[in-house]
Amino acid sequence: MAEIHQFFQQLINGIALGGMYALIALGYTMVYGIVELINFAHGDVYTLGSYFSLSILALIPLSRYTGGWQLWLIAACVIILAAFLCGIVGVLIERLAYRRLRNAPRLAPLITAIGVSLILENLMQIWKGTSEVPFPQFLPRGLGQPDNVFVIAGVGIHERALIVVVVSILAMLVLNLLVFHTKLGTAMRATAQDRDAAQLMGIDINATIAWTFFIGAALAGVAGFISGIYYGTTFFLNGYQAGLKAFTAAVLGGIGNITGAMLGGFLIGIVEAMTSQYISDQWTSVVVFSILILILVFRPSGLLGEQVPEKV
Amino acid sequence: MKRVLPFVIVVALAFVPLLDRNASHISAYADTGGLVLLAFGLNIIVGYTGLLALGFAAFFAIGAYTYAFLASPQFGIHLNFWPMILVSAAVAALFGLVLGAPTLRLRGDYLAIVTLGFGEIVPQVLQNLDKWTGGPDGIAGIDQPRLFGFGFGFNPVPYYYLYMAIILVSLWLLNNLRHSRIGRSWMAIREDELAAAHMGINTTTAKLAAFSLGAAFAGVAGVLFAAKLSTVSPSGFDFNTSVMILAALVLGGMGNLPGVITGATIIGLLNFLILPQATNWVQTLGQQLHLASLAGIDLNQYRFLLYGIILVTVMLFRPEGLIPSATRRAELHAEEQSGAPAQAGA
Repeated sequence: MAEIHQFFQQLINGIALGGMYALIALGYTMVYGIVELINFAHGDVYTLGSYFSLSILALIPLSRYTGGWQLWLIAACVIILAAFLCGIVGVLIERLAYRRLRNAPRLAPLITAIGVSLILENLMQIWKGTSEVPFPQFLPRGLGQPDNVFVIAGVGIHERALIVVVVSILAMLVLNLLVFHTKLGTAMRATAQDRDAAQLMGIDINATIAWTFFIGAALAGVAGFISGIYYGTTFFLNGYQAGLKAFTAAVLGGIGNITGAMLGGFLIGIVEAMTSQYISDQWTSVVVFSILILILVFRPSGLLGEQVPEKV
Repeated sequence: MKRVLPFVIVVALAFVPLLDRNASHISAYADTGGLVLLAFGLNIIVGYTGLLALGFAAFFAIGAYTYAFLASPQFGIHLNFWPMILVSAAVAALFGLVLGAPTLRLRGDYLAIVTLGFGEIVPQVLQNLDKWTGGPDGIAGIDQPRLFGFGFGFNPVPYYYLYMAIILVSLWLLNNLRHSRIGRSWMAIREDELAAAHMGINTTTAKLAAFSLGAAFAGVAGVLFAAKLSTVSPSGFDFNTSVMILAALVLGGMGNLPGVITGATIIGLLNFLILPQATNWVQTLGQQLHLASLAGIDLNQYRFLLYGIILVTVMLFRPEGLIPSATRRAELHAEEQSGAPAQAGA
């Protein structure tokens, strides 16, 4: 019995982890879908999300609010503000580093993307130092449950895991609405399909691409906040590995495919949790990156993606 | 002038250890030589063939660990340094083939990510297999080269000359290679892979050759690195090292040997000599002026900020680098020259 509980425990951890990866993966996949660029700096925007959240939280006298609902409201405001700031950063990155190179050889924007990633990491290092930064655990504890853990059918679920799952699914629902039921979403999908034709139909390409970067970066910002809640700390280099794993998730799901990115994110999260349970913690990145290589070699279109021929 | 200049530079460089008696300076110059070799290797892949490989330090690690396994007390094997240069190069090239064979048909940016993943896996595996690799501490007591009974030891001067000799041989090799059949097919692939394939170039073979040859250079650099330091550990071969090599290449000018040497020299000197020195000066100044903020500063932490700025600004404003080759410049600016008519045509 304990074996099975352990398995479900890890499954839930994996889903929580996967929710974060999925949120980051969405940014990769949307940007790739529209400009065919691996936005290497995206992982660092995720870290930036937790750094922004930290700075905003530092401005709020948290100890003054004792009522549960007030703290939840503060959390919601912080998420939205951090996501907004990350979105702005995303737009700035696109404007300053990528737009000029939109028609350059593929190599060029990829190299600037790496450069932007390094710059962001180092600015964060200057901002909050070279060691791990504690993230305030200000949310009301437990919702009346002992030890912050809900026990469902013998399986304990941490409140923080629950928060991560709920927030990430909410964010994905909002994104789905945006992409499939608004004018902007239609413009984004049209631009991704054929930029020139979309332009001829009167779509403002630059604005649409900027919005795509904004939305992707904002989702990474949300992921940054919930990672702070989940891990209790944040670190300026977190985004590098997390970004790479999220990219793996995007590729696994089929890059450019929004549903695929969500699916891939949860799968990678579960794989990582299971690896740390049944193999060893130190092998998780090796396993995840091996998956990345294997998918790219054997099924580059991913689970849900379509085979895209090289454009001439 | 163009024919005389290289000889003048080589002769001048040969006198450097006689003029500069500071061992730590010579050591920094030698390490810069190592970066030049690495940049040569990456230049074959990125500069000549136009494939972006991001985890290049993995091949550097493979070269260094190959030598460390076969010439240290770790397994009690002590093979001679000189043939090991070629053996490690071959092992690194083999890994290049193994990684390249299935992945080289991928699109450019996917290839970048695969190599990046590989670059993450290799140091991690080296760290985890601690029974053989010594884990995070790595392997110490690696044999150092001997030549005609003269032991190199930890004296940086012989390593400096060794790097110089290998760089000269590599230059001769690369210069010939560039104008050979395979070199021309690399550049054809870089300019237009589809067109190159239609001209009858076997693009897979050519790309594999570029990949394994580039890896071989990293293997050689790895042996020299391990021998000079007499110790290796996984942390020296992470993504940061790959980025440093890429920054050297981008700054100097991809695809052009004088540019590559210039870029690697600038980045190498900055990394191994100027930033540590400048940190010393600033800290001494801070202590004398009793300014805690200056005394505690460490400029070395900012080097990756600098590399990031270099990557972005060079790619945006001078994508051909400081000393470009004429062809590469033309390719990268083709858009501007034919911009107006192409726009109208589209």
